[in-house]
Parts: sequence; C-alpha cells; structure tokens
Amino acid sequence: MIGVYTNTTPVDAYRGAGRPEASYLIERMMETAARQLKVDPAELRKKNFITAFPYQTPVIMAYDIGDFHASIDAAMKAIDYAGFPARKAKAKASGKLRGIGVSCYIEACGIAPSKAVGSLGAGVGLWESAEIRVNPVGTIEVLTGSHSHGQGHETTFCQIIAERLGVPISQVSIVHGDTDKVQFGMGTYGSRSLAVGGTAIVKAMEKVEAKAKKIAAHALEASESDIVIENGEFKVTGTDKSIALPMVALAAYTAHNLPDGMEPGLKETAFYDPTNFTFPAGAYICELEVDPGTGKTSFVNFVAADDFGRLINPMIVEGQVHGGLAQGIGQALLEGAVYDDTGQLVTASFMDYTMPRADDLPSFQLSHTTTLCPGNPLGVKGCGEAGAIGASAAVINAITDAIGNNKLEMPATPDRVWHAIHG
Amino acid sequence: MYETTYHRASSIDDAVAQFAKGTDSKFLSGGQTLLPVMKQRLAAPSDVIDVAKIKDMIGIDVSGDTVTIKAATTHYDVAQSEAVQKAIPALAHLASMIGDPAVRHRGTIGGSLANNDPAADYPAAVLALGAVVKTNKRSIPAEDFFKGLFTTALEDGEMITAVSFPVPAKAGYAKMRHPASRFALTGVFVAKTKAGDVRVAATGASQSGVMRVAPIEQALKANWAASALDSVTIPASGLLADIHGSADYRANLVKVMGQRAVTAAG
Ligand SMILES: Cc1cc2nc3c(=O)[nH]c(=O)nc-3n(C[C@H](O)[C@H](O)[C@H](O)COP(=O)(O)OP(=O)(O)OC[C@H]3O[C@@H](n4cnc5c(N)ncnc54)[C@H](O)[C@@H]3O)c2cc1C
Repeated sequence: MIGVYTNTTPVDAYRGAGRPEASYLIERMMETAARQLKVDPAELRKKNFITAFPYQTPVIMAYDIGDFHASIDAAMKAIDYAGFPARKAKAKASGKLRGIGVSCYIEACGIAPSKAVGSLGAGVGLWESAEIRVNPVGTIEVLTGSHSHGQGHETTFCQIIAERLGVPISQVSIVHGDTDKVQFGMGTYGSRSLAVGGTAIVKAMEKVEAKAKKIAAHALEASESDIVIENGEFKVTGTDKSIALPMVALAAYTAHNLPDGMEPGLKETAFYDPTNFTFPAGAYICELEVDPGTGKTSFVNFVAADDFGRLINPMIVEGQVHGGLAQGIGQALLEGAVYDDTGQLVTASFMDYTMPRADDLPSFQLSHTTTLCPGNPLGVKGCGEAGAIGASAAVINAITDAIGNNKLEMPATPDRVWHAIHG
Repeated sequence: MYETTYHRASSIDDAVAQFAKGTDSKFLSGGQTLLPVMKQRLAAPSDVIDVAKIKDMIGIDVSGDTVTIKAATTHYDVAQSEAVQKAIPALAHLASMIGDPAVRHRGTIGGSLANNDPAADYPAAVLALGAVVKTNKRSIPAEDFFKGLFTTALEDGEMITAVSFPVPAKAGYAKMRHPASRFALTGVFVAKTKAGDVRVAATGASQSGVMRVAPIEQALKANWAASALDSVTIPASGLLADIHGSADYRANLVKVMGQRAVTAAG
C-alpha cells in the first residue's frame, strides 16, 4: 500500500465512514457472484446469512444478535420481489430498462469498548458520560457528552427519562455542547449516541433513582425495596402511600430529614464504557428504470427493512434513514469531487457538484424488524448511518441489472450509464 | 462583491442614458447571472442599471402571427402565459424548464439572451423559430444575434427591449437537464414554419454556443417524424465535453432530444 499527502482530496470521513465502502464492495461481489452462478441474488444472500449468535468474526467483531432473514423477507415482500419479472417485461414494452438491486448490510456501531479500540490503535477511549441533575422543584437536567447537531437527542434522551419516571417530557431538558457546563464526553458519531450516550444516561438515572428511593422510603417510613416509581410518584407497593418526585427532590435539597449520613442533593454522574459494539443490519431493495436513450435513471421504488433494536422515537429514526438513503443515493448517482489535471477543483460550486435534491430521490418505503441488542439496557443499536451504508450498492446493483452490463463506476451519471449500454 | 452604484431606470431612454454616464456600466435585469458573477468578483461594474422595473420592458403581446415578449418578462410569466401556451406551447414549456422556481421568478428573457450562455434554453427557441431580437437601436435577426460563447451582436450600451417570435405551424422542445445546475446539458428545439420550412437548434451541445442542426433539419424536411432521425448521426467534433457529458454523449443527446422534441411537437 502506498500513502500520499495530497491537497486534492477526493473524499473525507463521511456518514458511515468505512462501512459504505466495505458494504459496497461486498454487496457488488455478492451480486456479481449471483449473476455468474445464475442464482437469484436474494437467494444467494439467504444461503450465506449467519443465523447462530453470538458469532465471532475472524476480525475483532463478535456479532451479538440479528435476524437477517427477517430483514430481507420484509424487504422482498414490501417491493413485491416475486412480481418483478412481469414489471420488467412491461417496462421493456414501453422502451425502458428496468432493474432490481438488493443490498444487505451489517455494521458496527455503538462505538466502542475502549479496550477494543485501544487494541486497534485508537488514541482515545470511546465511553460516554452523563450527568443528571434533579433540581429542587423536580425538573430534570441531563448533561450529555453526546452533542446534538440535528439528530434530535433533545427529544430521544428526554423520552428515556420521562418514560422511566412517568413525568411529562417538558420536565426534562438536555444540555449539550457547552463546555462551560458539560463534563468531558466523547461525542456524536458512529451511530453511538443512543447506545453509548443513552446508556450513560440510564446508568446515571439508576443512581439518581436509587438515592431518591432511599429518601422516599425514609419520608414514607417504608422499606426501600417496597418503593416503586410510577407516574412521577414514589409509591409504597400495595399501599396508597406515595410522595411525588418534586417533594423527594425538595427533601434532598432542604436536607431537613434525610437518612442518616446521606449527602444532600440529587445529582449523579455516570461514565459508561460499552462491552461490545452494536450491530444494526438490514436489507435494502431498489427498483428503477433506465432510459436507454439518455442513460438517465428514474426510481420506481426503494424499500429499506432495518433492524436497529428498540426504537425509542420512530419518527426520528425514519428521518435518519431518509437522510442516510439520500446520501447513499447521492454517492451512487450524483456526487463526486473532481479535480482537473492541474489540481483545480472542477466541482467547486453547486452549479457543478450535484447535491441530491428532493426530486432526485424516490419516496422511501421503510420498515423495521427487531432483535433487541443484548449489549445495553435500552436494547438499541443505532440508526444514523445505515442508509448511507446500504443504499449505494442497491442502486448500482439495480442499474447494472437493468442494463445487463456489470461494469459501472459511481457516480453512475447518465453519461456513464449511456456508455455502459452503448459502448 | 466590489462596490457598485445602483440605478433604477424609469424608462428605456433613461436606462440607456444612465448606462452612458458610468465608466463601466452593466444592465441589470433578473440578476440571476450578473449578481452571482459579481459576488464571485468576476465582474465589477461601476454602475448597474436596473431595467426590470421599466413598464415598457414587461409584458407579452400576441398579434396575428407574432408573439412579442418584452425583455424584462420573467421566465415564470412566459411559462404561465395563456397566450404563449396557445400560440407557441413549446416556448411556454421551455420557460417552465429553466432552472428552479426562484430563478424563473427573477430571471428574464432579455437577460438570458444578452448573456448567451452556451447551455441556456432561450437561444434554442430564438434560433429555431427565427425570432427577431429588438433593441433600443435596431432589430437583429436570430441568425445575426448569437456570436459564440457568451457573445452577441449587442454593442456596448445597446439594450434588448423585446423579442418577436413568428408563430410556427409546429414546434417542440426537449431538454436533458444538467443534473446540478439544471441548465441544458443538451436541449433541442424543432420548428416547422407556416411556410413549411424546418428549423432545428441545439443548445448546451456546441463549443460555440447555440447552433442549427442541419442533418436533423434535412431528415425532418423529408419526413416530420421522430423515426426520421433514427438513421441520423451527429458528429461529436466541436461539441462540449465536461464531467457531466462527454462529446459523444452530447452528440447522442442532440439526436435523442431532437426525436423527443418532434414527438412533443406532434
Ligand atoms: C441556479 C440557476 C439555474 C439556472 N438554470 C437555467 C436554465 O436551466 N436554463 C437557462 O436558460 N438559464 C438558467 N439560468 C440562468 C437564468 O435563466 C438567468 O435568468 C439568465 O441567464 C439571465 O437573465 P437575468 O434576467 O437574470 O439577467 P442578469 O443576470 O440581470 O443579466 C445577465 C446579463 O445580461 C445583461 N442584460 C440584462 N438585461 C439586458 C438587456 N435588456 N439588454 C442588454 N443586456 C442585458 C446584463 O448586463 C448581464 O450581463 C439559471 C440560473 C441560475 C442561477
């Protein structure tokens, strides 16, 4: 391998960094193999799926759980895979080349056990931190090291806490990105925020709840083990005795009547270092038409069946998948940094660089199959990059299927596709 | 952007007079080309003379066999005009395909023609329909107006006031959009005049800007049908080549867009 320094950089770290490339190569190879073996591409993948877990790969990753058959079955059903040959024939009658392309991905998210990344040469540990402050009036502030720059942590993280305590989501606020306030953290990337940052929040919550239960038990003259948290109240099971969260918080700060030796206040911190990566996986199928006169690709349908473990906020997950798919499709069809022979960037403006726009994209059909992640208490895996990882191979597999020529580079511009058809 | 002085002209005469006063004046119409170029500091006019608010510069008039579009009429207004849709539907369609809604609501036919971008849409219609470009000084037939990339017959300080299009018997426009800019990667306008002549112009294709396409004209003269172009080959020499389209791809597009334009014309 040769490494060079250059200031004519073609790409930089990108949504999914490393996984889109790997997944693209594997899924193009699977497709090519299926075509050469004359086996249905979906069938060939099914034959090769891992079905027993945990599964130690030859490299560091040990897959904890998954159900890849469930994903591909859901995707095939959603796109009516069986009906494709008839649709292809119909399209041909109107002069269009129709193709279908499958892409199955698995990725490692929830990065990462610090020990594991250390052994791979990382310069940092990849834990995450959370601090939870229950204020004297019972409102809750969560300070997280997972910065939110559009991923909606302000909603998802608040939901976790609101659901645990049974309080309205408006009682909870998220503080992030302010280094004057927030303790040291590792950040948002690698689809890790919920699996690692969310788990740090859960760990800090467990400490907060344990202390609050002690205070409630003391105030209610009950045994700590009899205290349950429901609808924002600490209740003594089997009785009608209860104390509301704000009163517990107030008691913690007035400190007039705390159990002997207890520190005042209700604020806890946790640093969480995961024990394994998480492994989101899924199956994408793309159906499209190529205009043989111009080489232009038009989408007919794009289905995604993902397994992200438990979904805390399905709408945010959907938004993440949409964005990821748009990026993956952008890579497959539109985007590319081009320099001329003198090193001049030719794609320096959006008049030349094709950023995907809404009308370049199909209406996505999303669905989910679920295996809960055993590695964290939330059962979550991560959803931020999946779309970008799985989409491009599905698109190129579909175009090459449509045109009957397997040699095609990304971005598959109309010019390139037309040349692939006509030579 | 470098400093400049803005003038809003009240009439065509006022605009021409204001233009003459500046050391390096430019007319400003929709600003969709001039302003980005000024922002990039590729143009630095001393004075910009806004012609887009002049009453005599805006509007569409259909009389007899002529459609006259005044120079500061926006692409949007041409696309939406019922009169244009009825008289030359291909022209309204062409205007509806320019850029995006923001560009169409600002950009104007006069600005587009004065700029003569080799991938602009209007030049194809003007040349294929044999339109006449009217200025404050004279009338310039389409044949004499376009002089190559970003170059026209306009003299310094000469201002386009309107464009007159003869209503054809049939016309059609088909465009392959540039994926990023939405200009024409290649666009072809085909027209059959009421006298029975066939004129075809392609934009986005040639290194010297909008051009007539003789092989397609000949084939369509013999037989006005998309299939008449099946055996036509367009030479790739002299055609544009860039990251979005090689010369042979554009040569193919001239033919394919030609066929689709004929189909659209009916
Ligand atoms: C994102 C984007 C996409 C676009 N897509 C397309 C497309 O698909 N197809 C297409 O054809 N165009 C496209 N354009 C260009 C658009 O149509 C512009 O409107 C047009 O090129 C210039 O018209 P304007 O009225 O904005 O002129 P301005 O920008 O105001 O002026 C352009 C030039 O013409 C001169 N000028 C203006 N008016 C007159 C006049 N009356 N007499 C003499 N000189 C004059 C100016 O001095 C200047 O040099 C696009 C532009 C953008 C920004």
